[in-house]
Amino acid sequence: MSKKTYIQAITDALRLELGSDEKTLVFGEDVGKNGGVFRATDGLQAEFGEDRVFDTPLAESGIGGLSIGLALEGFRPIPEIQFLGFIFETLDSIAGQMSRERFRTGGTRHMPITIRSPYGGGTHTPEMHADSLEGYLAQIPGLRVVTPSNPYDAKGLLISSIRNNDPVFFLENLKLYRSMKADIPDEAYTVPLDKANVVREGTDISLIAYSAQVNQSLKVAEKLEKEGISVEVVDLRTLSPLDEETILKSVQKTGRAVAIQEAQRQAGIAANVASLIAEKGTLYLSAPVGRVYAPDTVYPFGLAEDDWLPAEDEIEAKTREILNY
Amino acid sequence: MDNEKPIVDFGAIRDALGKDFEPVQVMDGQAKVIKPEIVSKYSNEQLVEFFKLMLWERTLHQRSNALTRQGRLGFYAPTEGQEASEMGSNSAMKKTDVLMPAYRDIPQLIQHGLPVYKAFLWSRGHVLGNEYPEDFHAMPPQIIIGAQYVQAAGVALGIKKNGTKDKVAYTYTGDGGTSQGDFYEGMNFAGAFQAPAVFIVQNNGYAISVPRRKQTAAKTLAQKAVAAGIPSVQVDGMDFLAVYEVTKAAREYAAAGNGPVMIETLTYRFGPHTNAGDDPKRYRTKDEEQPWFDNDPLIRYRKYLTDQGVWSEDQENEYVEQVKEDIKAAVKQADEAPKQKMTEFLGNVFEEQPQNIQQQITEFQAKESK
Repeated sequence: MSKKTYIQAITDALRLELGSDEKTLVFGEDVGKNGGVFRATDGLQAEFGEDRVFDTPLAESGIGGLSIGLALEGFRPIPEIQFLGFIFETLDSIAGQMSRERFRTGGTRHMPITIRSPYGGGTHTPEMHADSLEGYLAQIPGLRVVTPSNPYDAKGLLISSIRNNDPVFFLENLKLYRSMKADIPDEAYTVPLDKANVVREGTDISLIAYSAQVNQSLKVAEKLEKEGISVEVVDLRTLSPLDEETILKSVQKTGRAVAIQEAQRQAGIAANVASLIAEKGTLYLSAPVGRVYAPDTVYPFGLAEDDWLPAEDEIEAKTREILNY
Repeated sequence: MDNEKPIVDFGAIRDALGKDFEPVQVMDGQAKVIKPEIVSKYSNEQLVEFFKLMLWERTLHQRSNALTRQGRLGFYAPTEGQEASEMGSNSAMKKTDVLMPAYRDIPQLIQHGLPVYKAFLWSRGHVLGNEYPEDFHAMPPQIIIGAQYVQAAGVALGIKKNGTKDKVAYTYTGDGGTSQGDFYEGMNFAGAFQAPAVFIVQNNGYAISVPRRKQTAAKTLAQKAVAAGIPSVQVDGMDFLAVYEVTKAAREYAAAGNGPVMIETLTYRFGPHTNAGDDPKRYRTKDEEQPWFDNDPLIRYRKYLTDQGVWSEDQENEYVEQVKEDIKAAVKQADEAPKQKMTEFLGNVFEEQPQNIQQQITEFQAKESK
């Protein structure tokens, strides 16, 4: 066991998988000698060599195509897109190509690719760095979208993603990179894909969240506990496809739910959670499903982030509203 | 001061661009041998085999055209006129090379090893047409123009990393495709990694209705490889031997570890872009088309072989009949493909089924068992 930050946990996972599977390759813009713009790949090129960990020209679409071609030659690519806002440059390689490959070849070819990319607000990044674009990705058949909320999950989910034989989009929250430390095992371990995690048990209401909003939800749960309100917090972990069983089981128990995201109301995946509950859990409900989200504007200018991003008080207010409905 | 010469003469630089690219030719449109040293490398029997490849492609085109009209094929992009470009380049490759084709490159796929009935199933829209055995080194035809180029760079890098000797990735696009970002990114990545790839541009004059001159101010498409720092060449795409020799040289250069190569073949599409309603009469004149029709890649080779006394009309008829029989059998085999099932589709999305897929498989199992 060692105390690790979220980003150290990610580096750990990459190091272990590079060490145990010689077909794994880490590549992207500045991931080699520089060790990544956030140090996620720090020391990996020195340890495993330039053949396994290497820089690419500055072209996201090329990186996507490179991943597909390498996968066809038997490799297990772990490319990085420097910021999630840059995926539009390579959306064809993700949505139009690698996610379809197993299907379009009748299962005769597959794409064991894990795309890592940081995102998320609260650190005053420039334009197109912090946007929550998981909603786009969640609509792509054949692609898993995974995002951890803590260091333990970051390592275990990344190892599972790399070992999975289908494409996984692995989203890393910028604000979480160094904001928390946790004791995690030093050796390789996995956290299952396609499985949500009940991170706090409760009986009065379910807060269904992911990424940075899981910690916000936990803080709200602690606060309300002092008033005798029992809040269950569900960390989705895999955003697409959703773990419907865990969500519905929680709502069946509590009868009330709030779906929470950092993305705008018209984006993200909270609407998918709400519609799932409406379709399959209506009779469990004592109140409508609440949602917490950002306004339907373009991601804000840095100085306006604090006013724009959904904060704890908004989660608390929405939770109280649904409890008192 | 006004008369002072500017520090840079951009006009002179522009006029010089593309001057290094003169199309390679072995035999001209009148079957006159330009490079006898190339022709003499091959026996008459070998030249007949080359001609048969083009005749096979022409026959496949004619039958595919007819089958499309009868509703027995679906999507079809005609290849007539491009036989020298397609067969000349493809036959210079080895079976172990990885072919990344675009949607017009079906004849290359078949010559590389795809059974004709599978090509027909691809045309109709059946997954069996895309199920390739592992030892068939190719991908199904790419619809997104340019995507095959960035992917070919990846395959080539994979070949290099695997240390596989004497193996290249090769890919095709058209003249319009050279305007795509992925076209440049693919060549540039392969160049930066010095990966064994051969990038082929079949310049057939048109991207649907848009003529080549509207794609770019560049005098040649071959010169676009200069931007990637890789060698390139323009070749008479109606001249089988020229395309064959150039591609063979490109393959050898790339396979030897020298990095990628780009080839532009100058060819012409005799018919429409696809059989889905495109009519070249809307955007081409007879005056423009006729010289190209007269430059048919089959005409010059047929004339040459006939003059040599190694090819006759009877031989041609016999061969065409045999190809037609093969195609007839392939259509029959395609007809026998089982109806596609949603449960099988669902099972091909992921290796391990998430809940949504499991649920939908159960739903469709109930429907399919009725």
